[in-house]
Amino acid sequence: MKFFFFHLMPYAHLDPDYDKEYSTDWLIYPNSNYDPKKGAKLYNRYLDEIEYADELGFDGVCVNEHHQTAYGMMPTPGVLAGALSRRTKHVKIAVLGRALPLLNNPLTVAEEYAILDNITEGRLVAGFVRGIGVEYHASGVNPTESHDRFHEAHDLILRAWTEPGPFAYEGKYYHLQYVNLWPRPYQQPHPPVWIPSQGSSETIRWAAAKERRYVYLQTFSPVTALFRYMDMYRDEARKAGYEASPDQLGWSITTYVADTDEQALKEAKPHIEFFVNKFLRMPMEMLLPPGYLSLSSMKGVMAAKTSLARKRTMEELIEQGQFICGSPATVRAKLESYQDRAGFNLLLPNLHFGTLPADLTRKNTELFAREVMPYLRNRLPDGAKAA
Amino acid sequence: MPGQNETSVTLHGCKIHVLRGGAGAPLVYLHGAGGGGLWLPFMEDMSRKFTVLAPEHPGFGRSDTPDWLDGIHDLAMFYLDFLAAEKLDDVHLVGSSLGGWLAAEMAMFDSSRLATLTVIGSAGLFVPGVKKNDIFLWSAEETARNLFHDQAMAETAAKLAVDPAGEDARMKNRYITARLAWQPRFYDPLLMKWLKRVKLPTLVLWGENDALMPKEYAAAFKKRLPQAQLEIIPECGHVPQLEKKDLFTERLTRFIAEAGR
Repeated sequence: MKFFFFHLMPYAHLDPDYDKEYSTDWLIYPNSNYDPKKGAKLYNRYLDEIEYADELGFDGVCVNEHHQTAYGMMPTPGVLAGALSRRTKHVKIAVLGRALPLLNNPLTVAEEYAILDNITEGRLVAGFVRGIGVEYHASGVNPTESHDRFHEAHDLILRAWTEPGPFAYEGKYYHLQYVNLWPRPYQQPHPPVWIPSQGSSETIRWAAAKERRYVYLQTFSPVTALFRYMDMYRDEARKAGYEASPDQLGWSITTYVADTDEQALKEAKPHIEFFVNKFLRMPMEMLLPPGYLSLSSMKGVMAAKTSLARKRTMEELIEQGQFICGSPATVRAKLESYQDRAGFNLLLPNLHFGTLPADLTRKNTELFAREVMPYLRNRLPDGAKAA
Repeated sequence: MPGQNETSVTLHGCKIHVLRGGAGAPLVYLHGAGGGGLWLPFMEDMSRKFTVLAPEHPGFGRSDTPDWLDGIHDLAMFYLDFLAAEKLDDVHLVGSSLGGWLAAEMAMFDSSRLATLTVIGSAGLFVPGVKKNDIFLWSAEETARNLFHDQAMAETAAKLAVDPAGEDARMKNRYITARLAWQPRFYDPLLMKWLKRVKLPTLVLWGENDALMPKEYAAAFKKRLPQAQLEIIPECGHVPQLEKKDLFTERLTRFIAEAGR
């Protein structure tokens, strides 16, 4: 297993009672509630936490992209990745954005990623996403164009990285007389591409295609969904005529470790519940604008997500495998069993979540690095050892 | 000749459903974002003097969703060709909300087959400083309720809007509405510039209490259309043709008569 420390950088000073007046902390929650003095401290604290993961021997660190929300303060993740590119020395830096359909000119991301890849001498992992539904409200981009714009932007970026320029690009959404990228990426032919998703069969089929074989990451979902989508990826790979490697599959999972189960549960509870019930709160119309999913997927998801409005407890999250919490032994055992069933080899633990304070975040990260990682580092699905 | 019959028309590879009824000069009604497909009481009234055609737009209800449908201009071109294919001349073109926007676009591009234009609670323009609600953040139930000023009608509409039987059509209509109107939100910069080309007798008809298109938008249409007359229906929401059917029918009939066409 490889370990990528994942941070969402929430605005931790979110008023716990904001939801008496607002249905969500996304999009319509006034930014007058953002205090730059507090925000500045948080940015620096969070960057310290990510940099610490480098010292502790994680394989990588991840930044994230969301817009106009207290949920996460990384609307332009490349800026954070840029800060990390100089201060970290060993870790891969995975930018688990960029929402390609939101861009007016995808070459901006081709350039940004190429710079990061050069500064880090090849430590960049390039994430490509469609962005969640609410980003289409926040950006104004038409959600019914989401899939097509994603594919077009992706193709343009890959061509800009790999084909000699200058060349002209004429798409439906993007029209460029000159594509001639300076700098070119450090990694050849291009940085590894990861595709985070909450599970869309169309995305999985696309990522698994033989000519791409992109890493697929399952983000915040119950383990039943994790198992289903990892199986789907392997099936798609087989249909495409190859066997998917565990290195093509990753799982992002919120995790908390303490000396004992009891202590872990006690320390994590208020912060994980704040994360899920306050930060994640969002009406269906925001989460799923028309056209974001196909009509058939939309019907299924709307039926399944009616439970989103309901308050959830830590115990439910643990039960469903959306949160792993306990002593090092407990956490190791869970990760082993999930790895065996799901077949992933990339783990992206969210070791900060919600309102978890700096001291507990540090302790959690240290315990994870010292008491969990070394035991699982060379482990492959079904207990096999990596060569 | 009361009642109507349902027909289909295929044009540019897209099959649409068209309700037809009555006899006389052609009156084409273009429905709004909520969809069409129903022969409504005001259509029955108007069909006593006119041949009423009420198509379901490409992308809506039981009509096909063609892959060329990217925006309102595509729809306007389609319907201009529809008028030609149906050999309709001296058409009284009436559109409500998104359909009013569509009617205005058609008239802007080519009004040679049109006799009059009527826009009801119409989208298509942008008025700086006037706050508009975002229907894409409303649930189907809220949207239906907010169409009406009359609270009893609002409640009936809200109940109908959550009827599972209509869910597929609602999602289809909502999808294509986003396709057409997400950005710029329910308006067209080209129409802002060139609506003034329309030299037709025009009726700008609005509910005084329209919660979707505030009545400042009626004034914006009036301002750009030299031959427009403005009719504000008191105590009425976004769809006067439903909420104040008799008054609506009377005003529309009178307008067409006075236009002398």
